[in-house]
Amino acid sequence: MSDMTASVGAARASVRRRRRSSAVVLLVALAATGVLWAAFAPRGTAQDTADANEAVRAGRALYLQGCSSCHGVNAQGGNQAPSLVGVGSAAVDFQVGTGRMPLAAPGAQAKRKDPIYDQTQIDQLAAYVGSLGGGPKKPVITSAALDDADLAHGGELYRANCAQCHQATGAGAPLTYGKYAPDLGKATPTQIVEAMRTGPESMPVFGPGQIDNADATAIAKYVRHLSEAPSAGGDALGKYGPVPEGLLAWLVGIGGLLAVCLWIGARQKV
Amino acid sequence: MTTVPPPHLVKRPGPVRKLNRTVDERFGTQAGLRRNLNKVFPDHWSFMIGEIALYSFIILVLTGIYLTLFFDPSNTEVVYNGSYVPLKGVEMSRAYASTLDISFDTRAGLVFRQIHHWAALLFVASIVVHLMRVFFTGAYRKPREVNWLIGVGLLVLGILEGFAGYSLPDDLLSGTGLRIAASIAQSIPVVGTWASFLVFDGEWPGQNFIPRLYVVHILLVPGILLALIGAHLGILWHQKHTDFPGPGKTEHNVIGHRVFPVFAAKSSGFFMLVFAMLALLGGLAQINPIWSFGPYDPGNVSSASQPDWYIGFLDGSTRLFPPWEFRGLGHTVPAVFWPTLILPGILFTLLALYPFLEARFTGDTESHNLLQRPRDAATRTGFGAMAISFYLVLWISGGNDVIAKTFDISLNAMTWAGRIGCIIVPPIAYSITKKICIGLQGRDHEIAEHGIETGIIHQLPSGEFVEAHRPKLPPVADHRRVPTDRVAVGSGDQTANARSGLARRAGKAVTGFFVEEEEQGGQPNADDAPDQPAGTKH
Repeated sequence: MSDMTASVGAARASVRRRRRSSAVVLLVALAATGVLWAAFAPRGTAQDTADANEAVRAGRALYLQGCSSCHGVNAQGGNQAPSLVGVGSAAVDFQVGTGRMPLAAPGAQAKRKDPIYDQTQIDQLAAYVGSLGGGPKKPVITSAALDDADLAHGGELYRANCAQCHQATGAGAPLTYGKYAPDLGKATPTQIVEAMRTGPESMPVFGPGQIDNADATAIAKYVRHLSEAPSAGGDALGKYGPVPEGLLAWLVGIGGLLAVCLWIGARQKV
Repeated sequence: MTTVPPPHLVKRPGPVRKLNRTVDERFGTQAGLRRNLNKVFPDHWSFMIGEIALYSFIILVLTGIYLTLFFDPSNTEVVYNGSYVPLKGVEMSRAYASTLDISFDTRAGLVFRQIHHWAALLFVASIVVHLMRVFFTGAYRKPREVNWLIGVGLLVLGILEGFAGYSLPDDLLSGTGLRIAASIAQSIPVVGTWASFLVFDGEWPGQNFIPRLYVVHILLVPGILLALIGAHLGILWHQKHTDFPGPGKTEHNVIGHRVFPVFAAKSSGFFMLVFAMLALLGGLAQINPIWSFGPYDPGNVSSASQPDWYIGFLDGSTRLFPPWEFRGLGHTVPAVFWPTLILPGILFTLLALYPFLEARFTGDTESHNLLQRPRDAATRTGFGAMAISFYLVLWISGGNDVIAKTFDISLNAMTWAGRIGCIIVPPIAYSITKKICIGLQGRDHEIAEHGIETGIIHQLPSGEFVEAHRPKLPPVADHRRVPTDRVAVGSGDQTANARSGLARRAGKAVTGFFVEEEEQGGQPNADDAPDQPAGTKH
């Protein structure tokens, strides 16, 4: 019996000891985490935070003025426009930077036009919408990254993922009911990657899990190549392939030669 | 009648005449040469359209020969390492790689490729315009039905040849076209799968298809085309060209210019101008930039993948046709079967049989060498307008995606416009065209009966105003009369006015160049020599 009591006592002591040691381990771990966090955490200075807050404030002011009538005062969306909570700064930079937003007129699809805001204002708007939480951030495509990107690989990815809608030459093509995949001629590398990450309009989202940043940059490089490379063999006829070719063959080719026939026929009246 | 000139005036024979004599002494070509060089062709501008097709064909053969020197028709996969950077290191067939090499690494390769392609578009287009000219003027009527049939054969073969060439480079666009062709073959009920296997040597895309297509494109079809063109021209030469009615023109003569020198000079000049047009297009306008499309990969497709224009109407019919699929008796007939095989089958059969159908329904079994103006055969012209409008609706629908994008129209709206349009536009075109023709006929009758309005108004004593008409003047030749080279055919060379000084000079120009002068004279007078008074230049 005493043996039993003693053994029970010993067991209790061991439990107490274990609890005590767990608490110590926990404390040490917490302390270590704190120290490590302090050591490795991004060290935003007070000035940065102030700038960021200022950008968000300025962005909110712009937002209330130019966007809130459709997207709502708190970006919660409305009957005419979707909520902007969680769309991320990349979406804002794309939509406003390509002039699609603010919308000129309701239609099947927002058209690209000259942006209304300058880049500082766009960044402020993006900061405000980004501060609402979530969503892809505006990508940073350096010219060094573009130089390093594999053009041919970008072309393969483009043909496999993009040409179905934007056409092999990047000239764009229609979708259903007045929607369309736009011409990529004016898109900047940043805008191309933003569109892939955010999936504007009818475009699907190509997230980093499908196409990583290096591949996305390669695609952007190929798209720029499509519009910047000199067109070998003469005028590219809008890059639409056989339809304008046929039109030219009839209007200029046949039309011109029929004019020649008429001319020769007229010359014969000696 | 010939006088022998004094010895010091006898010219020594020039090199051409020497050569001619040499050949004639061995092959007896003189009579035939003389007859054919003196053959007369009428010279309406619309008779030159077929020549565009002939000259395009010649240029196609010449540029095509150059391209065969560099093209490698092989499905073998290679890794590209040429000078076009955006495709470096990409796997592709040798056919595609060699086409890239032609475009970027061969001297004048790209301009030859482009001229070849533009010439192909122009070849088929000029055949179509020529066909329209022949149709609307009734030139296919007896005795020229066989040449009509050959012409339809040339059109169909030209389309096939063009499609084969479009499909050879194995780029994304041509591969997509072949994929569709394979699907069309598979859509044939009962035998479709086997037909596709037969053509593509097994499952699509197969390993041996490009070499097969190459043989079809550079040997088989061009050979048949060449033979048919020869037959077409041979029959034309034999049956003589038709002409519009006019002063001095009858069912039994041809008025125009001799082959040599006027017609030959005119045609050589025209050949040069066709070549110039093709060189301009090939040098200034990019066509089929295969490097932009990338190599063919069955997993990829580009939107707005279009065929060349002559296949466009079938692409359009496919886009318009509703997705009706029939299943029964253990077989499936997919929707694609109707617009891509049955529809062109009906269209080309009707086209080929049209001369016979018209003869049957009009009861016209006469031979015709004089053409009709389109207004004089209102029903035929109406049918032609109907066919053209139907074709145009299908054709526009074939490019409806590009049109929708360019002009900001809904693609769905374009498809429905095409569906409704291809049913209601042709009858409207028929009735409007026929009414216009009958109206023009009425005007012709009016002028014939009442003369031409003069613009002079008289007031009658009763107060009524009437306009004075003057009678239509007798027809005036639309050329100033040059007796020597406006001769009746089938009769020899001399006209009734052949004794005039101009006639002798021009006759000498012909005979002196190719023909021994001693052979001049003694030709029979023309039976059907035009005998209208010499017209004045107007």
